[in-house]
Amino acid sequence: MSTHETFGTYSGPVHTVADGPSISPLKAGKTVSTATVGPWRLIAGKLVRQKVAMFAGAVILILYLIGLFAEFLAPSLPSTSRPQYTYAPPQGLSFFVTKPDGSTEFNFHVKGYKVEIEKVALRRTFVVDDTKVVPIGVFVKGPRYELWGLIPMDRHLIGPLNPNDPMYLLGADRLGRDVFSRLVYGTRISMSIGLVGVAMSLVLGVVLGSISGFYGGWVDTVIQRMIEVVSAMPTIPLWLGLAAAIPLTWSPVNVYFVITIIVSLLGWTSLAREVRGRFLALRSEDFVTAAMLDGSSEKRLIFRHILPSLTSHILAVVTLAVPTMIVAETSLSFLGIGLKPPVVSWGVLLQDAQNIRTVATAPWLLIWPSLAVIVAVLSFNFFGDGLRDAADPYDN
Amino acid sequence: MLGYIFKRVLYMIPTLFGMSLISFLIIQLPPGDYLTSMIATMSDSGQAVDPAQIERLKEIYGFDDPFYIQYLKWIWGIVSRGDFGHSFEWNQPVSGLIWGRMGSTLVISLLSLLFVWIVALPIGIYSAVRRHSIGDHVFTFFGFIGLAVPNFILALVLMYFAYRYLGQSVGGLNSPEYAEAPWSLAKVGDFLAHLWIPIIIIGASGTAALIRVLRANLTDELHKPYVITARAKGLPEYKVILKYPVRIALNPFVSAIGWVLPHLVSGVTITAIVLNLPTAGPLLFRALVSQDMYLAGSFILLLSALTLVGMLLSDLLLALLDPRIRFN
Repeated sequence: MSTHETFGTYSGPVHTVADGPSISPLKAGKTVSTATVGPWRLIAGKLVRQKVAMFAGAVILILYLIGLFAEFLAPSLPSTSRPQYTYAPPQGLSFFVTKPDGSTEFNFHVKGYKVEIEKVALRRTFVVDDTKVVPIGVFVKGPRYELWGLIPMDRHLIGPLNPNDPMYLLGADRLGRDVFSRLVYGTRISMSIGLVGVAMSLVLGVVLGSISGFYGGWVDTVIQRMIEVVSAMPTIPLWLGLAAAIPLTWSPVNVYFVITIIVSLLGWTSLAREVRGRFLALRSEDFVTAAMLDGSSEKRLIFRHILPSLTSHILAVVTLAVPTMIVAETSLSFLGIGLKPPVVSWGVLLQDAQNIRTVATAPWLLIWPSLAVIVAVLSFNFFGDGLRDAADPYDN
Repeated sequence: MLGYIFKRVLYMIPTLFGMSLISFLIIQLPPGDYLTSMIATMSDSGQAVDPAQIERLKEIYGFDDPFYIQYLKWIWGIVSRGDFGHSFEWNQPVSGLIWGRMGSTLVISLLSLLFVWIVALPIGIYSAVRRHSIGDHVFTFFGFIGLAVPNFILALVLMYFAYRYLGQSVGGLNSPEYAEAPWSLAKVGDFLAHLWIPIIIIGASGTAALIRVLRANLTDELHKPYVITARAKGLPEYKVILKYPVRIALNPFVSAIGWVLPHLVSGVTITAIVLNLPTAGPLLFRALVSQDMYLAGSFILLLSALTLVGMLLSDLLLALLDPRIRFN
C-alpha cells in the first residue's frame, strides 16, 4: 500500500500509523497510537463467546492430537492379533481392589476374562471375570513402535504392566485385535483425509471461483456449467464409480491419495460457488475500484485486495466441508472400495460391522467407530457454524 | 410460462451432456477392459481362446477405437435405440437390467421425499413459532444428529435394533415368502412393513436439513410488519401464521426438491447396498466391483438424469408458485 499513499499533491510530513486507519496527522514529530482491533481479533472475540462452537473446536483439536500421537496413545499395535481373545468384550477401568480382609487398596487395573461355553450353541464366549485383576499403568513399556515412522519408542500412555496380559478397553474384534488401539490409529487416517481433501478442494474452489467471479463472461458460464454438472450428480454413485477404478494392486499410500483426490474432486463446487458470489459482490465495491484506478494489476487486485476480505468466510465454508469428506471416506471404505485392510480408518473398522450377526455378538465393533464418525462430523458442523457467524461482520 | 419451460429444458442439454461425459469417463477409467479380463479368466481355467472370436468381440464393442468414437457410439446407441451397451457379467443388454431397478429407486426416492415433507413441515413451523422452547431444542438436537449420522451407519444401527429387539431380520423389500409371489394385498402390506426402515434412513438427513431451512425462513417472515398487522387486526393466531408467512416460507420447500433429491438418490444407493434392497444401488455396486462398466456407467448416467429431472420439476413448480421467477 505504501507506494499508493504518495498519490496527490500533499507535501507535508508523512505519518504512517502501523495499524489502523490513516488519520489526519497531528503535530509533526508526535506519533499517534490509536486503539484499533483488527478483523481477526474481532472474529476471535466473537467466536470465543460461542460456547458450543468453542467446545466443538476443542473436540476437533483433541481428535487431531489423538491422530498425531496415535502410536503413543494406543496400548497395542493395530495389527497385533491374538486369536485366543476373539470378540472379547470391553473391560472397565477400575482404581481400587478389595483385599480378602475387606480393606481396599489402590491398584489401577482392568478385569481379566474367563471362558464360558454357551449351552445351546456350544460356542466359546468371553465374559469379564471380576475376580481376575490385570494391573495396568501409565507410561508403561509395551510393544515397540516408531513415532511418525521416525523415532523408535516403546512407551505407551496406558497399558498392562505385563505386556502379555489382555487389555481390551473397547473390546476385541474377530482376530482378537484391540478395538481401542485400532480406533486411535483410525483417527489419524480418517481425520487427515478430511484435512488433505479439504486443502485440495480449497485450491480448486478458490482458483475456479475467483476466475469465474472476477472475469465473468464466457469463462464464468463454462465454470458455472461445470459446477452445475458436478453438483447435480448424486455423490455416492459417482464416488463409487471413481473409487472402483483404483487397481487392487496399488500400495496403501497411493490408494490413500487417490481416495483423497476423489473425495475432494466433488467437494470444491460449493466452495467455488461461494467464492464466486463474494467476488461478484466485492468487484463493484469502492475499495476495489480505487485500487483499480491506482493501477493495481489484476493479480494484485485478486490476491491483495479481494481474497483477503474473503478469508474468514472461506475458512468457515472449508470447516463445514470437512465432515463431507470424512463421511465420504468412511462410506467408501465401509463398502470395501476405499481404503483397504492393512490401513486402519474408521470406515475400514466399520467393515467388520457389515454382518448383522457379528454386530449382535460384538456390538462394540459398530458402536465405537460410528460414535467417532458422528462426534467428528458434529464437531466440524458446530465449529463451522460458529465460525461462519463470527466471520459475518453484519450480524449482531 | 411455456417459454420459460422451453428455456429451462434447453438449459438442461449441456448439463446432461456433461453428465454423460463423466459417466463415460467412469466406464473408461478402469485399466484394461472386461474383454481382457474375460480372456484372462478363460485361459486361466484352461479354456481355449479363439483369436478370431476375440477380434470379432473387439470389433463389436469398438475397444480399439479412440475415446471420442467410443463415446459417440455409446451415446448414439442410447439416443437412437435406447441401447445402453452390453453387460458382460450378465451377458445381456444393459437396458434389460436397469429399468426395473431404476423404477424401484424412483419409488423409494419419491416416498422418502414425501416423508421428508410430511415430517419437516409441522416440525419446522413448530420450531419457528416456539423458538427456544424445549420442543424446539429437542428437535434441533435430533436434527443435528440426523445431519451428522451417515446413512449407512443409521442403517446398520436400525438393523441391529430390529434384529436384537424386534427379532425381525431387516433387508430386502419383501419377506422371502412373498418374494416370488404375484402382487396382492398381502404382498403390498408386507412391502409397506419393510419399507419404513429404508425410508426413515434415507429421509433422516434431508428432513433435518429442511427443518433448519424452514425454521430460518419462517423466523424471518414472522418478524415482518405484515404479520404484526394481521395480528393487530385480530386474526386468529393459526391464520396469522398458516395463511401468510408459512406460504412464503414454503417456496424453499419446493426448491428443496432440487437439492434434496440428489441427496436422496445418493442415500438410496448406499442404504440399498447395506439393506440389500432391489434398487439400483446393489446392482451398480456389483457392476463396479466386477468392472462391468457399461452397466455401471449407465446406472450413474440415469441416476444423474433422475436428479436433473427433479431439479427441472422443482424449478417449474417454483415458477408456478412465484410469479417473480416466471417473469424474469
